[in-house]
Amino acid sequence: MMRVAEPETAEEVLGQRNTVGRRVHAVLHRMPALSPLIVLVAACVGFGLANPRFYLAGNLSIVLQQASIVGALAVGQTLVILTAGVDLSIGAVMVLSSLVMAKLVKDSAVPGPIALLIGLAVAVLAGVVNGLLVTRVKLPPFIVTLGTLSIFTAATLIYAQGQTISLPPNTFLTWTGSAIAIGDFHLTVGVIMMLVLYAVFAYALRQTAWGKHLYATGDDPEASRLAGVRTNRVLLSAYIVAGAVIGIGAWILVGRINGADPNAGFNTNLESITAVVIGGTSLFGGRGAVVGSLIGALIVQVFDNGLALAGVDPNYQVLAVGVLVLLAVGADQWIRSVKA
Amino acid sequence: MSQPVLEAQGLVKTFGPVVGLAGVDIQLFPGEVLAVIGDNGAGKSTLIKCLSGAMVPDSGTIKVDGQVVSFSSTQQAREAGIETVYQTLAVAPALDIASNLFLARERRRKGLLGSVLRMLDTPGMKRDSKKYIDDLGITTLQNISQSVETLSGGQRQAVAVARAAAFGGKVVILDEPTAALGVRETGQVLRLIRGLRERGLAIILISHNMPNVFEVADRILIQRLGHNAGVITPQTHTPAEAVAIMTGAVTLADDGDTSTASG
Amino acid sequence: MKIVRGAKGHRITSRLATVTVGILAGSLALSACSSTATTSASGGSSSQPVGVSLILKTLSNPYFVSMEKDAKTEAAKDNVTLTVAAGNQDGDTQTQISAIDNAISRGDKGILITENGDAVNTELGKARAAGLFVIALDTVPTPASTVDITYGTDNEAAGKLIGQYTAAKLAGQKAVIAMLDLFNNQVVSVDIARDHGFLEGMGIDPGSTTQNGQEAKSGKYTGGTGGDYVIACHQPTTGAIPGGKTAMENCLSANPNINVVYTINEPAADGANQALKAAAKTGVTIVTIDGSCNYINGLLKDGTIAADSAQYPGKMASVGVKTISDIARGGAKPTLPAGQDFINTGTALITSQPIAGITSQTPATAAGACWGS
Repeated sequence: MMRVAEPETAEEVLGQRNTVGRRVHAVLHRMPALSPLIVLVAACVGFGLANPRFYLAGNLSIVLQQASIVGALAVGQTLVILTAGVDLSIGAVMVLSSLVMAKLVKDSAVPGPIALLIGLAVAVLAGVVNGLLVTRVKLPPFIVTLGTLSIFTAATLIYAQGQTISLPPNTFLTWTGSAIAIGDFHLTVGVIMMLVLYAVFAYALRQTAWGKHLYATGDDPEASRLAGVRTNRVLLSAYIVAGAVIGIGAWILVGRINGADPNAGFNTNLESITAVVIGGTSLFGGRGAVVGSLIGALIVQVFDNGLALAGVDPNYQVLAVGVLVLLAVGADQWIRSVKA
Repeated sequence: MSQPVLEAQGLVKTFGPVVGLAGVDIQLFPGEVLAVIGDNGAGKSTLIKCLSGAMVPDSGTIKVDGQVVSFSSTQQAREAGIETVYQTLAVAPALDIASNLFLARERRRKGLLGSVLRMLDTPGMKRDSKKYIDDLGITTLQNISQSVETLSGGQRQAVAVARAAAFGGKVVILDEPTAALGVRETGQVLRLIRGLRERGLAIILISHNMPNVFEVADRILIQRLGHNAGVITPQTHTPAEAVAIMTGAVTLADDGDTSTASG
Repeated sequence: MKIVRGAKGHRITSRLATVTVGILAGSLALSACSSTATTSASGGSSSQPVGVSLILKTLSNPYFVSMEKDAKTEAAKDNVTLTVAAGNQDGDTQTQISAIDNAISRGDKGILITENGDAVNTELGKARAAGLFVIALDTVPTPASTVDITYGTDNEAAGKLIGQYTAAKLAGQKAVIAMLDLFNNQVVSVDIARDHGFLEGMGIDPGSTTQNGQEAKSGKYTGGTGGDYVIACHQPTTGAIPGGKTAMENCLSANPNINVVYTINEPAADGANQALKAAAKTGVTIVTIDGSCNYINGLLKDGTIAADSAQYPGKMASVGVKTISDIARGGAKPTLPAGQDFINTGTALITSQPIAGITSQTPATAAGACWGS
């Protein structure tokens, strides 16, 4: 959108340029993931002071494991939010996908890899549905995913009949739960998968044309369209790729709980959005770094874990996350308020 | 005169009962600035959209360098060498200048990095962006990595024009480029337009701003109610006369002037 | 030519309304159709069958499916015509409201309902005004006077049973207790009742009647032979396996000496157990409440879960059917016990490691009355 510029004299402009506020603003503008990183480091320091057991390798390992599921989902959610959309169905799709995989292996003796592929297909199909409703039928993403949330939740309940499913550890599907020891640290395959996802998408978003087009479409869809970006294709691809990521998240979930639970996705929808928002990605689209979502997911788990270790009333965990979200959105607004 | 680089004859476009273009002709020669003026609803935007591929005319022919073409998308018009700078500029504010210049036309690195990993040649694009901007004589954009939203209106306009000039082989269409700019920045944009003309490009300039038009245009096409009302030049007519023709107070024939009206 | 723009440049067309309706209709169609089945009775005490409506939350949860099963069995015995309806998913009050209206039109004598939400209360009022006897199952509605009576599990009693068992099992040892509750961002009666019941069974004062986590963090427990205790943590689990695992991990990090774990339900216990296994922690007593066949024949049978208080959803439904059948034939209406707003359908302690002085059933016995499959 064009802003009418007021003519400024050179002296005025130069005089304002070097205030600390402007400098910080400029740095955060370039690296939106920096402020959540500062919060994460500060939180780790603070909680370590409250209870030094926080720093035990065993504890840090489990924080990473706890963050692996929402962390993986947050990659998919980041893609959607970068296009100025939102996916409210993400947790339901993950649970459905995990149930399909687990049930096929447990009840139908389907080999693990095939069950995984079918589960992934379910998640990708969900992404296609969401994407088509947004791009072809032109419904707002909030409404689309609110509707599909109900559909997938119902599908999950019917398919699972309320039963949890239990699988033996260290099989193909539960491989994501097996731990690799690095010194005193225990990283599960799921944690490593999550980190690989971040590496892959950090690259894709910054170094490929697809990533540029995603940012442009989210930032200003009309301008991008006029400039020649196939915005409908880009939007659809965001939802479909997010679907694939959700499928991987489902695999990580099956490994973490050695099975599947139809009630597992209770908070996950909002948790994934929280991780993305705290991580500095703007809900208005076009701005943010995917690594911020990893930091956001870690921040939430660090707070949960740190507050538990500090013996704080669990209700304060909820309060803390709420405050974090408000601070993150406020910071985002400040960063976006650039004078032309 | 040389062959027109862009020519259209008998363009008709209707929107239900509303007539956008009622048989419009236009000729554009290389190295000239053709201004298109007209009141609201005269058909300026519709004409431009047909030429840039954003709209398909109901009837009529469009020729580029003498070859008949038909555009069903802006991409096809771009491939034919016609670039458009829209009134809204079509730049993504959060992206930097280089990214905007190469938007939808990004270059990949050579070799495996580009083909398999689809890696963009970011340093190369930045380098070339700087070159395009320097070539146009724009001196106010120092940092290619600046995001576009930190630029002033005139600077953004410069980025949009540089993009069109960099990729526009033959024709650059500018839609109200100075509408939202202050005096100093308007001057910068007019300077840019002259620079493009010197490079041999053909420019179509849509504008409401009579002083600008009369300052920079070689010929002026006047649209009125979907028709051509005539073609004049700044040498043969005054701005007041142009406005009169635009509003229909006089017609070119009435004027008694023997300047050629096309079509 | 101007294009009308909404926020963020999306074109808002009149298609939106039509298509939204289409999507919503489609989503309702895609979900399970609400099932309405009628069971006729044969034989029985009097010649005229009594009509009863059973309206469940959903049919995709074995907890409610067991209600349907036992209700049908009881209906056959009592010459009752049973009509079963259920919402399409948890929270679907619309289908339940239609089912209530159908019950009134059909001339049923009573309704058994597990409410999906307060939205059904007005309709229930209409039913009672039309002379139907309305019974709530499993959860007391808000307010309790919405229905004539509620049959449900006394969650506090269920908690007490596992608390008493734990105290007996400790035999004077120090108790380092992890409390794995349901939520930390909302207050739900079952969450408070089970948590407090467990503490009371252990002989620890909950410190509040309305909130979890208000007990003294350390002190003496008086259950069993008494001893010292420390509350290591309260963590929410959302009643699911991953929540249970995360909660247990955090608690164990805070205090590696935990030897007692209270969990809100079986999936939470499942998750807690997985965390303990991953940390190679042994000698921990895990207790829970639910009584589903799935877990009775699994983690309870092999002793991983030390004790489980069973619920009897089927009994809630079958007693409900019998009650309405009796009232319709001239019997007396049931009365509430003093100080309670529901009638307790009972709970029993199940364990594969019985302790002298504590009444319990073995998993094998309990499997005969468990719910689910």
